Amino acid sequence: MATITVERKPLSLLERTYIPNIVAGLTTTFKRMVKPTETLQYPEQRPAIPTGYRGVPTLVNDPHGREKCVSCQLCEFVCPPKAIRITPGEIANDDPNAHVEKRPKAFEIDMLRCIYCGLCQEVCPEEAIFLQNQYSMTGYTRAEMVNNKDRLYELGGTLPDQHYKWDKKKTAAEAASRGGHH
Amino acid sequence: MDFSLYFDLPLWFRLVLQGTIVILVLFPLAAACSMAERKISAWIQGRPGPNRTIPPFLAWIPGINIIRNLGLFQLAADGGKFTFKEDPVPGNVNKFYFILAPILSMIPALSTISFVPFGAYFTTLADGTKHLVPIMLARTDLGLLAVFAVSSLGVYSLILAGWASNSKYPFLGGVRASAQLISYELSMTLSILPVFLWVNAPGGEGTLSLFDVVQTQSQPGFLGGMWYIFLMPVSAFVFLVALFAETNRQPFDMPESESDLVGGFHTEYGAFKWSLFFVAEYAHMIVGSGIFCLLFLGGWNPLPWVSLGSFINLAAGVLPCVASPLFMGVIGITFFLLKVGFFIFFFMWVRWTLPRFRYDQVMNLGWKKLLPISIANLIFYAVAIAVKDLCFPNL
Amino acid sequence: MIAAPKPDLVTVNIDGVDLSVPKGTNVIEAAKLLHKDVPHYCYHPKLSVAGNCRMCMIEMGTPAFDPATKAPVIDPATGKQKINWIPRPQIGCGTTVSPGLHVKTSSPMVKDAREGVMEFLLINHPLDCPICDQAGECKLQEQATGYGRGYSRFIEEKNVKPKRTQLGPRVTLDDERCILCSRCVRFSKEIARDDVLGFVDRGSYSTLTCHPGKKLENNYSLNTVDICPVGALTSTDFRFKMRVWFLKQTHTLDIESSVGVNAVVWSREGTIYRLTPRRNDEVNDTWMADSGRILYKQVAATDRLTAVRLNGADTSLDIALNAAAALLKDGSVSIVGSGRASVEEQFLLKQLATPIGAQGHLVARTATGDKLLISADRNPNIRGALVTGLISQLPSAELKQLSREIDEGKIKTVVSHGEDLLAAGLTAAQLAKVAVIYIGTHANATSAAAQIVLPALHTYEKAGTFVNQQFRIQKFYAAVPGPQGATNDLVVLAKLVASTGASAPASEVHALWPSIAATVPALSSMLYKNIPDTGLLLDATAWAGLPFVEGESLHFKPAAVAAAEGARS
Repeated sequence: MATITVERKPLSLLERTYIPNIVAGLTTTFKRMVKPTETLQYPEQRPAIPTGYRGVPTLVNDPHGREKCVSCQLCEFVCPPKAIRITPGEIANDDPNAHVEKRPKAFEIDMLRCIYCGLCQEVCPEEAIFLQNQYSMTGYTRAEMVNNKDRLYELGGTLPDQHYKWDKKKTAAEAASRGGHH
Repeated sequence: MDFSLYFDLPLWFRLVLQGTIVILVLFPLAAACSMAERKISAWIQGRPGPNRTIPPFLAWIPGINIIRNLGLFQLAADGGKFTFKEDPVPGNVNKFYFILAPILSMIPALSTISFVPFGAYFTTLADGTKHLVPIMLARTDLGLLAVFAVSSLGVYSLILAGWASNSKYPFLGGVRASAQLISYELSMTLSILPVFLWVNAPGGEGTLSLFDVVQTQSQPGFLGGMWYIFLMPVSAFVFLVALFAETNRQPFDMPESESDLVGGFHTEYGAFKWSLFFVAEYAHMIVGSGIFCLLFLGGWNPLPWVSLGSFINLAAGVLPCVASPLFMGVIGITFFLLKVGFFIFFFMWVRWTLPRFRYDQVMNLGWKKLLPISIANLIFYAVAIAVKDLCFPNL
Repeated sequence: MIAAPKPDLVTVNIDGVDLSVPKGTNVIEAAKLLHKDVPHYCYHPKLSVAGNCRMCMIEMGTPAFDPATKAPVIDPATGKQKINWIPRPQIGCGTTVSPGLHVKTSSPMVKDAREGVMEFLLINHPLDCPICDQAGECKLQEQATGYGRGYSRFIEEKNVKPKRTQLGPRVTLDDERCILCSRCVRFSKEIARDDVLGFVDRGSYSTLTCHPGKKLENNYSLNTVDICPVGALTSTDFRFKMRVWFLKQTHTLDIESSVGVNAVVWSREGTIYRLTPRRNDEVNDTWMADSGRILYKQVAATDRLTAVRLNGADTSLDIALNAAAALLKDGSVSIVGSGRASVEEQFLLKQLATPIGAQGHLVARTATGDKLLISADRNPNIRGALVTGLISQLPSAELKQLSREIDEGKIKTVVSHGEDLLAAGLTAAQLAKVAVIYIGTHANATSAAAQIVLPALHTYEKAGTFVNQQFRIQKFYAAVPGPQGATNDLVVLAKLVASTGASAPASEVHALWPSIAATVPALSSMLYKNIPDTGLLLDATAWAGLPFVEGESLHFKPAAVAAAEGARS
C-alpha cells in the first residue's frame, strides 16, 4: 500500500496560544446553551415509533379472532438467547378451529432474555409473532418479566391481514364433504 | 438606623457571629454551585438538567414548578443523600489520614474567605468626615499574602487523600495535584505583583490589603478609576489561567482525571467525605473568583470609573435611604457577588467547552509559557511604573 | 467364526468412479457406498422394491457389443469400450448392478426428472409443515430443498382428504400428506405379516386405508410411522408433543426382552419424548416392537423411588450405606440380582457376593415370543449374569432355594437389585424374618417391606451394557439425568463392595471396565469404549449346554435349531 505523507501545516503564533479556538469553542457552547433543549420529557412525552420498530414480541389473532400461532416452535428454535418456551397442544375436535389441529398450550417469552432481534418474527411461517411498538417492559420480579400466552395476545391484538389460510382450508374441506371437489 | 446595639456586643462574640454567618453563606453557595454546574452543563448539551425532584407535600403550591425545574429540590435531596448515605472506609487505607484529608480540604477553603472584603460602607467619624469601611472578617494588612499562604495549604489535603487511600489511582492523582498546584502558584503570585507595585506608590505605607487594591481602583480620574484588567491585561490573563489550575478546574483537572485515573485522589471516597472535597473545590472557586474581581475588576464598584461611593451619592439624590450603611453594604455586596457569579459561570462554561490537557501539556504550559510571561510582565510593569513615577508623578 | 464365502463382486461405474459391489445390489445402495445420495421415497433397504415414487431416477448405460460378433465396440475417441446410454432415466431402486454398468446420479436429465417428480408430489401436498410432526425429518422437505421449484405453478384447488383417521390404537393417518409410496403397506405385509393396509380408489383419489373390518393394531404398527417418508402416518402418542429438532438422540437398547433391539431415546432437557429403532442388521434391522417403545414412560412414572430410606424413615445415602454395610458384615447374606441390570452392575454384585460368601440369584421372566423381535425371555440381560458369574444356572421364576434357606434360618439379609421378592415367590412372612436391602427404581411391595431402600437409576438414565440372546454385548448410554434423590446403581454397589473390606471398585462405566476385563474371562481384553455401536459377539461355548428359553426370531436361531439345520445340510 502506498503511503502518502501529508505535511502538517505549522501553527501560527496566534493558533499556538489556543486563544482563537478557545473563544470559538466558548461561542459554540454559549449559542447551544441559549437554544431550547432537545430532551424528551419521557413519561409525559412519548417518542414517535418509526415503522419497522422492534419492540416487545407479541402474538396476534387474525380478524376472526383465531390465534395465528400453531406452535410450530420455529421461533423457539431460532431464538438466539433461548427466551421463547412453547408447550405445543392439540386443538380439541369440538373447537371451531379444530381444522388447524395445533395451537400453543403455553407460550412464554422471557423478556429478561429477549434481545429484540426480531428473528422470531422473521422465521414465523404463520405471521403470528410480531415485534410491535411496546418498548417499555418492566417488572419487580423475574416472574413478572415472563410474558405468558394471555399477556402476549393482550399485547399483540389483531393483525388486520386478510389471508385466512386456515379458513380457506376449512371451506374447501366443507365443500368436499358436501360432495364438491374432492 | 442605629447599630450601636450591635457594636456594644463584645468583640469576640461579634467575630464569631460574623464568621458563622459567612460560613453559613459560603457553604450552601458552594453546594449551590454544584447544581449550577449541572444545570449549565445540561443547557450546553441541550438537556434540561435535573428538574424532577419535588417533595410531595410541596407540590400543591402554585408556581412551585419553577423552583422544581431549576433543580433546587434536587440540591436538597443531594445534600440529604450525602449526609445520610453509608460512608464506606476501604479496608487497607490509613484511616486517620483518610478521614483527616477531607476535613483538611475544608480549612483553607473556608478560612481564606476571612481576608476577602465583600463590600464597603460609609461611616461618619466623630469629626464628621465620611470614611469608607470594608465589610470583611479580618482586616489585616497581610491581605493577599494571607490568602495565598492559607490556600496553598489546600494541596496537602489532596496529597493526603491520595496517599492515605493506599491505591494507585488516588496516589497518582495526589502526586499530579501537588506538582500542578506548586507549578502554577509561582506564575499566579508573579502575575499579581505588578498590581501591588502600582498600589504601593513610593512613599506610601506598604500594604497587601485587598481593600486597598479596590480603593486604588475607586479614585477619581482616568487612571484612578481604571480597573486593573484594562491596565494590566496580561497579569489578569495569567492570573486567570493560574486560577483555573489552582482550583483544579477543567482544562487543568489533573488530580481527578476521570478518564485515566478513575476519580483521582478521591477515588476511594464516598458519601459525606467526598462531598467535603466537592464543596472545598467550589469554595476555592468562589474565593478565587472573588480575589480576581477585587484585583482586576474593581471589587464592589459597579462600573469602571464609577466607584461605589459616587454611585451611592448619585442614588441617594433619588432615594435617600440608600446612603445608610446597611443599604450601601448590601448594594456593594450585590455588585461584588454579581461579578463573582459571572466568574463562577465562566469557570463552568470553560469546563463544558474545553477538553482536559495532557499532564505534560499542563507542566509545559505552567513552566515554559506562563512563568516566563509573568516574569516579563513583572519586569515590564516595574520599569513602566518607575518611569511613570519619575517622569509623570502627577499622572 | 466361519469366514463368510466371498460374494460375487460386480464392477460398476458410478459418476465416473469404478466400484466393486456384491451381485444383486441395486444402484441406490451402490451409490451409497460412494457417499452419493440418490433421493428416494418408496425404496427401503429392508423392504421389497416397489418403484412407484419415481424419485430415484438415474441415467444408465451398458457397454456396447457388436450384435454380430459379440465383440466390444471401442470408441475411437477415447480408446475405451463405448457405452450405450439409455435415452430415458431409469429408477435406481429397481436397477440391480450388472458388469460394466455405467450410472450418472446427477446429470441434467436426472435432475430434470427429479424436479418433475417433486413438482407432481407437491401439487396436492398440503402446506402443513408448521403443524406437521414430520417436519425436520421429512424426506419431502429434504428433497424439496434440492429439487423443489420454490413456488407452485398449481393454481387449482388442492385435494381435500381426511386429516385425522385413526388407523389403529397407536397410529393416526393424515391422508392429505400421503405420497402413496406404499412403504407402510409393504411393511405390514412383509415384516409384520399382518396385511391390513392398502390403497383404494384411483388417481388423485387414491387413499391409504385399512382393509374392511381390520385395524392397524399389530405390535409393530409404529414402524409404519418410522418409515413413512412424510407426515402421513403419525404416532398418536408423540403427535404434537415436540418438534424433532429439539430432541437429543441417545443410543440405547430395548429393555423389553433378550433380543436387544437397538434403539434411540429422543429427549429434551431431561424429558424423554419417544423411542425409535436404530438400524442393526445383525439384530433388529430397522424395526422395533410398539410395546418396547412405551417403556420410556417408566422413567417419569409417579412411583419412582427418590428417597433413601432406613427402617421406614428418610435418611441420607451415607447413613443408609453404613447400615447396609453393617448388615452385610453380619454374614448370612443372599443376593438377588436382576436380569434387567447391566453387565457392570451384575459384575459389582458378583464382587459383593464373593467376599461375604453370599449366593447370587436371578428371577426369570418368560412369556411367549413373537418370533420377530420379542423373545420368550423378557429379561434383557440374563446372559450378562452368566458371563459375569453372578449365576451359573439359568434362573427360574420363583426363588425356591432362597425361600427354603430363609425358612431354615440360614439367611438373615437379602440384597435385592430391583427385584420384587414377593412377586418372585417369597411370602411376606418370610420377608419379615430377614433384613432386605432394596436397590431399585420403582416402589413395590418389596421396597415397602425393605429395611434399607436405595433409589437407583433407570436404564435410560445410565450407561452400561447388555448381553442379548445371541451373546452379543451391546452398549447403551445415559439419555437423561436421573431424578433428584436417585443414585447411580454402580455408585451404590461400589460403596457396598468397598464396605466389605475389598478394595473400592470404580463406580463409573469406563473406569470399571479394565477390572471387568481382568476378572471376567469372556470379556477379557475388552473396553467399554471399544465395543462397537452394533455390539460384539462373545464366545458362548461355555454356556452352550444351558436350556435357554428363546425360540427363533429375526436374525437368531437357538443353538438347537441351528444344530439341527447344520445336521440337515
